Amino acid sequence: MKIEDDVLAGLIDINSRVLDVGCGDGSLLLHLKKNKRVDGRGIEIDQIKVQESVAKGLAVIEGDAEKDLINYPDTSFDFAILNQSLQQFYDPRKVINELLRIAKNAIVTIPNFGYWKVRLSLLIGGQMPVTKTLPYTWYNTPNLHMCTIKDFYNLCALDNIKIVKSISVSSEKISDIQKSNLEIKNLVSELGIFLIQK
Amino acid sequence: MNLNFENIKKVRIDKDLQLDCGTVLKGFDLAYETYGKLNETKTNAILVFHALSGDQFVCETNTVTSKEGWWTFTVGKNKAIDTNKYFVICANVLGGCMGTTGPKEIDPSTNKPYGLNFPVVTIKDMVTAQVHLLDLLGIKKTLAVLGGSMGGMQALQFCTLFPERTYSAIPIACAASHSAQNIAFNELARQAIMADPEWDSGNYISSGKVPRKGLAIARMAGHISYLSEQGLQNKFGRKLQEKGDLKFSFDADFEVESYLKYQGYSFVDRFDANSYLYITRAMDYFDLYKQNNGNLAKAFEGSKIKFCIISFSTDWLYPTSESKKIVIALNAIGAEVSFVEIVTNNGHDSFLVNEPAFFNTLKGFIDSTYEEFKNEN
Repeated sequence: MKIEDDVLAGLIDINSRVLDVGCGDGSLLLHLKKNKRVDGRGIEIDQIKVQESVAKGLAVIEGDAEKDLINYPDTSFDFAILNQSLQQFYDPRKVINELLRIAKNAIVTIPNFGYWKVRLSLLIGGQMPVTKTLPYTWYNTPNLHMCTIKDFYNLCALDNIKIVKSISVSSEKISDIQKSNLEIKNLVSELGIFLIQK
Repeated sequence: MNLNFENIKKVRIDKDLQLDCGTVLKGFDLAYETYGKLNETKTNAILVFHALSGDQFVCETNTVTSKEGWWTFTVGKNKAIDTNKYFVICANVLGGCMGTTGPKEIDPSTNKPYGLNFPVVTIKDMVTAQVHLLDLLGIKKTLAVLGGSMGGMQALQFCTLFPERTYSAIPIACAASHSAQNIAFNELARQAIMADPEWDSGNYISSGKVPRKGLAIARMAGHISYLSEQGLQNKFGRKLQEKGDLKFSFDADFEVESYLKYQGYSFVDRFDANSYLYITRAMDYFDLYKQNNGNLAKAFEGSKIKFCIISFSTDWLYPTSESKKIVIALNAIGAEVSFVEIVTNNGHDSFLVNEPAFFNTLKGFIDSTYEEFKNEN
């Protein structure tokens, strides 16, 4: 388990209904099923990963969240998880709002483009940054809409989305993000994890 | 081909079967096969539903035709559905021609083959008939019900009629209702059969005839719809049957022509033309939307069944979009549903051929479901 998965699991209530959007091979869902007894569902675009999830006994649908979220009824889940894929959508704003239509809570994690190493790479190196959380080069990256933790805060404000909990992950360490430390956390965090509601 | 109907395993169900058309069938025969062993807790039973041209001989040797069963790629020892582990059951459908009561069997009221006097049956009737077999085998709840094409329709119908009698369901390459295109293809097949003078208004058995041409053409039309354009092209292209050039005649010049003819005429040996009429009709009438006033989700409301829906990318007979409608309906009621679209060139027939991604999905789902189901019992 990656440290961010532990943080995610910590945000989820026991026996809740969970939709993991972009669930990959289903390891997080399986962890939640075993440890939080959640009633879990997943959506994943990669067929091989869907097969791996299904073989774990998970209910996972092969599909494109951008197109398929519309098919889920309102508040059919307690939690919708979007783990490090927000930046890959054509319309991330719409996706976030869809998540909050389908679920009472959404948990969104983003690789922070405001992280100092990322800033430095562009500032000093003059090249598009390649880091642990952003391992791609500019010509093959699936990431279309990179954002910083601060950007995410701004979008939530714009759409009247309440940030219930906001967590920074940096060098395997976690800490809380608050309005008061936002500037510094935006600089030192590799990842931001947000529990949001509408 | 020499057919041997002597060794067909069948049971007589001495109960009235109320059919959708209004007729009551006063008892009926069910021909069936089983593979593997039922475990002590009776938690390893898998009910397979066969498709239009299938029968109860899922794997091993078909005792009637002496050929391999129709799903040997998928079911058998150490296959995706492993008969070392699971108890696989399959019955010939009502209206079929491999021993279950159907148009070629003797009508007790006339002592002649039913022919067109056989009542028009539906997918619902087929499924209701087969549940009696589960009763006889003492199986309260199967681990899974599954099937491809019409088999998938039966699996869906089973879930709506008997939601307590299966733990999971795997509808493959199917739809919740027949489309206009589906009906059109079936009508083409039926018209081909009925246009054959040997069909003799359905009385060909009594008059000692066989509508070979009609049934063969029906099967050929079907076969085209089971394959994808690319699949056909890759397999045959414009290859000629014999070396040399075009013969400037209407004999089979192209390989694809002789392939179709072979498929058509070999089918005639083992299949009954009237059964083809009845079964295609049952498929055409299948409409889970209509059964639920247009709301497919209602069909599965409150269902605890675990679903795994599988479609194939080049299946244009029952395209992925049809499977997705089922997935959406199941999502709407919060059912536990998995869905995979297998990318392949093999068209609708993909579920019958060597398709590793399909096997992996099937095996992964069934094995993990079995672990849960047996722990619950």
